[in-house]
Amino acid sequence: MADMIVLLRQVPDLVEELELNDDSTDVEREFMKFVLSEWDDYALEEALLVKEASQGSVTVVALDDPDVDQVLYTALAKGADKAVKLTGSEEGWIDSHQRARTIASWMRNQTYDLVLTGVQSVEDIDGQVGMLLAQELQHPHVSVVVSVETKNGSARVTQEFGGGRFSELDVQLPAVLGIQQSRQAPRYAPISRVRQAQQAGGLEEVPTEVSGGSGLTVRRLYAPESTDHAEMLEGSADEVADKIIELLRSRGLIK
Amino acid sequence: MASDVLVLVEHIDSELTDTSYELVGKAKDLAGGWNGEAVALALGSVDTSELAADRVLKMAHPSLDNYTPEAWLEALHAVVQERDPKLVLIANSTVGMDLGAGLSGRWGKPIAAYASAITGEDQDVVVTSQVFGGKLLAEAVIDGGQGVCTVIAGSFPGEAGKGGGATVEDLTPPAALGESRTSFVTTIEPEGGDVDITESPLLVSIGRGIESEDNIELAQEFADAIGAAVSASRPITDAGWLPKTRQVGKSGMKVKPKAYLTFGISGAPEHLEGMRDSDLIVACNIDENAPIFDIAHFGTTTDLFDLLPALTEKVK
Ligand SMILES: Cc1cc2nc3c(=O)[nH]c(=O)nc-3n(C[C@H](O)[C@H](O)[C@H](O)COP(=O)(O)OP(=O)(O)OC[C@H]3O[C@@H](n4cnc5c(N)ncnc54)[C@H](O)[C@@H]3O)c2cc1C
Repeated sequence: MADMIVLLRQVPDLVEELELNDDSTDVEREFMKFVLSEWDDYALEEALLVKEASQGSVTVVALDDPDVDQVLYTALAKGADKAVKLTGSEEGWIDSHQRARTIASWMRNQTYDLVLTGVQSVEDIDGQVGMLLAQELQHPHVSVVVSVETKNGSARVTQEFGGGRFSELDVQLPAVLGIQQSRQAPRYAPISRVRQAQQAGGLEEVPTEVSGGSGLTVRRLYAPESTDHAEMLEGSADEVADKIIELLRSRGLIK
Repeated sequence: MASDVLVLVEHIDSELTDTSYELVGKAKDLAGGWNGEAVALALGSVDTSELAADRVLKMAHPSLDNYTPEAWLEALHAVVQERDPKLVLIANSTVGMDLGAGLSGRWGKPIAAYASAITGEDQDVVVTSQVFGGKLLAEAVIDGGQGVCTVIAGSFPGEAGKGGGATVEDLTPPAALGESRTSFVTTIEPEGGDVDITESPLLVSIGRGIESEDNIELAQEFADAIGAAVSASRPITDAGWLPKTRQVGKSGMKVKPKAYLTFGISGAPEHLEGMRDSDLIVACNIDENAPIFDIAHFGTTTDLFDLLPALTEKVK
């Protein structure tokens, strides 16, 4: 049995064009589309799998990120037992150090065995939240985890290294895990059930104070300079195909 | 604060990783500017004779032999406390993802993650990081000029870190190493079998833009027509559409084919790490701002569902 807390976070949707703010120190967040960080989605799935295998509970928690209610209700519809929104953060780029501090201050009053969150996010320039949180709470931690099993006060986790190498570790609980992948693809919550969850309400809102900071001063964001940008092949699909084949032929790579 | 740059080196089967040399080379460069030393820290047993650091610190203890985040962080933190380096460099590997932010939290100094460039401006440390899936670079200054940096593999030349000649010092492990709550169970080695994508001179590589398992056939047909193997980005192998052995990137295989042709791959830093040294890279992606075009030699924004059949048709 394990009582789990899953940290969720909204991030800019990379499918959209990323515009910069006036002084180029952040992306322009005002009209941007936000989505659940994909690794947090894996973390939620893995927690739900652990709960199914060995009982316990799943609480999802998030800061007041853009469109976060929808994400929390979706988590409830998927089988999370409780959803908590930590309010009080300013709009804008909330760095990992601030997130970890804020969540830690709430967690000090909670009981739990295991904390799961995505191994990274696309904007955590000051490091991964899970590992910072573990330091705040002085728990052991493992990141790049692809499988979790709990038993008798510990978790057996599989940690991934490159090139198909893994290792298995036993960690005493409570512990914090950075999830790289879930054993199954994240489940889908039918829209009707998400709506039901929304109508039932039950999002717990907890006012918090965001404190601390990354200790980094971002001078500027910019798109990678295009000095070695690809030479673009123009034309119809047919014409482009001809050009690609010519590239391969001229190098003697195909006949 | 000392002026040293400390590198945590990594090893697999007692051999240093390529990135370890890259970081030591960079450390020498940076430490030279600050009149400090490039110091390499090697935990567990590993041959460090080739490292061109000024100093190599070695620490041996049974709990350091097989990597666990807790024991390694304990050891790293103890050394950092003792020596108070200006900058700590760690690869943005699994180890770096565990220990970079971990050390920042524990030490109370900033971390700049996903670094691809680091420069010293007087006493300031200026780091360029790849963020938003590689679509943007962030240039940031580490406040107070002291902190941690996790670095993307392949960012610096490895040669500068090779050549040996370091002064070697053996360190006493901290007492707390005996109290770890994390224990190592076993290592799982890579599975063999299937196609070896590292051996294939031509790779047709597909990403999430392929949309479904059924569509992989489009890539397979083209690959068959030109005698290539099909490789993929991580989401494709995660979904189980292709075996894990076909994955290219940080947590997959490093490949260096004569031609690497991508279809529907965005070019996230973790993918680029595995294929950037290919002789010829041609990328197909409908998003003209996709980062893959910053590394590809040739590119096209043609829809892959039009391009792949056209390609197959032409070769046949
Ligand atoms: C610790 C860690 C390790 C990782 N290791 C790896 C690794 O080894 N290898 C790896 O690949 N990733 C790895 N990743 C994941 C990586 O961060 C990215 O999520 C992944 O590379 C994205 O894969 P993709 O480009 O296929 O998908 P996406 O980023 O979703 O890109 C899909 C692309 O397809 C394009 N597209 C869509 N439709 C079409 C169409 N019809 N025609 C043409 N183009 C189209 C889109 O414009 C988009 O750019 C790792 C992540 C972590 C955290």
